[in-house]
Amino acid sequence: MRVSRLHRGIIFFGVLFYLLPTRVLPVEPPAGIQVPPPPLTDGIFPCTECHGEMEPNRERRVLEDAHDDIILKHDEKNRWCLDCHDAENRDMLHLADGRLLDFKESYKLCGQCHGPKLRDWKQGIHGRRTGSWSGAKKYLLCAHCHNPHSPKYKKMKPEPAPEKPGGLK
Amino acid sequence: MKKKRDPKNTIDISRRNFLKATALTTAAAALGGCGTDMKDFLQKHFKEMTPADKKEVIARLEDKYLKKYGKEFSISVKEPLDGTEFAYALDISRCIGCRKCVYGCVEENNQSLNPQIHWIQVLEMEKEKGVDFLHSNLYYEHEEVPHQGHFYLPVACQQCKNPPCVKACPVEATWMEPDGIVVVDYNWCIGCRCCMAACPYGARHFNWAATGLDKEKVNPQVHYLGNRPRPKGVVEKCTFCIQLVREGKYPRCVEVCPVGARKFGNLLDRESEIRYILENKRVLVLKEELNTQPKFFYFFAT
Repeated sequence: MRVSRLHRGIIFFGVLFYLLPTRVLPVEPPAGIQVPPPPLTDGIFPCTECHGEMEPNRERRVLEDAHDDIILKHDEKNRWCLDCHDAENRDMLHLADGRLLDFKESYKLCGQCHGPKLRDWKQGIHGRRTGSWSGAKKYLLCAHCHNPHSPKYKKMKPEPAPEKPGGLK
Repeated sequence: MKKKRDPKNTIDISRRNFLKATALTTAAAALGGCGTDMKDFLQKHFKEMTPADKKEVIARLEDKYLKKYGKEFSISVKEPLDGTEFAYALDISRCIGCRKCVYGCVEENNQSLNPQIHWIQVLEMEKEKGVDFLHSNLYYEHEEVPHQGHFYLPVACQQCKNPPCVKACPVEATWMEPDGIVVVDYNWCIGCRCCMAACPYGARHFNWAATGLDKEKVNPQVHYLGNRPRPKGVVEKCTFCIQLVREGKYPRCVEVCPVGARKFGNLLDRESEIRYILENKRVLVLKEELNTQPKFFYFFAT
């Protein structure tokens, strides 16, 4: 059977795409929803700026040279930086199965453990949603409200109490 | 010396003319005393107004507000949107009692600063006692919230489907709109406060003065049935921010809530957040036994 050049081309690229490692998840925000950029600390990103030349040290240890301001209070007995941050691709996160993830999609990483919360967030039930009840909405990422290293929502000072009616003590 | 009477200055006052003039003067004085002008007094009920009537009333009010606040107001009379019935849900497990909604609401809806009016009242309750109005505290003050062992229950108008306030009004100055919002026509309200007595949620508030607004901060984007500056002596309440929601936006309290505890949407839309909550979460309404059928739901997401 004679195979045309076009067919050969299609088969070649098909096989090529099949064999290529599909490790990076595509960046797709939930449909019709705007999410502001992730709240990365100023001047800290891209991580490769410092880590690019560095040999990854996978040993669990107390950080002293850098990032010593980070207090890990998020299942800290069982977890460690490199459970979420990728050692090879410093500017990325990774899921439990090793697939790389952009910081813009960190909610997928959180959702690995917090499944019901992710489900509620996608429905607009968990978390702050602004914009229009009938149209375009704006979501926040998990990390906008919960510091991923110590996610408990921080207490705040309340606004002043209302005035008591005259004579009431 | 006896003054000579000037025939030009004498007016022949008949008994009839004298009585007419006296009656008119008395009426004018009485109206003036109420702080109302004649055109306001003769204005029709909002539901009976033609579009031309509404236009005239709006022009008059805009002029009045410009003189009083020095700002160009835009007063909307936007009708309900087709196929909408609004409802609200509040996640009690999320609310931290920060009162951001209270002050956001005051700003958006032109509530009196002095004497103070707050449409939203955040009640602090003990976790051990559950939803218990008797032991709740509206005036809590802490360095930080949420306070240990307590939860918070913000209460505003519950937008009842069977509203006792509407039934109590002797002049039909308050009614439920087709999109479910209970509104007040402040120009029709006589200030008898029967609705306040009828409301089991303490959600209606009386304007003791019309001078309680800060001219700098007054919000000029208003709705006739919503956040326009109210005259003295009328009752007001939450309208789900009618000026925003009829434009497709979220109410202000939803926008400012830092924890995202407040949810708003269209009950008739199957895809809305509110329907998802009603179908999937544990929901309660306040004082269910009174059969007021609130469209304001409280839920526990966790």
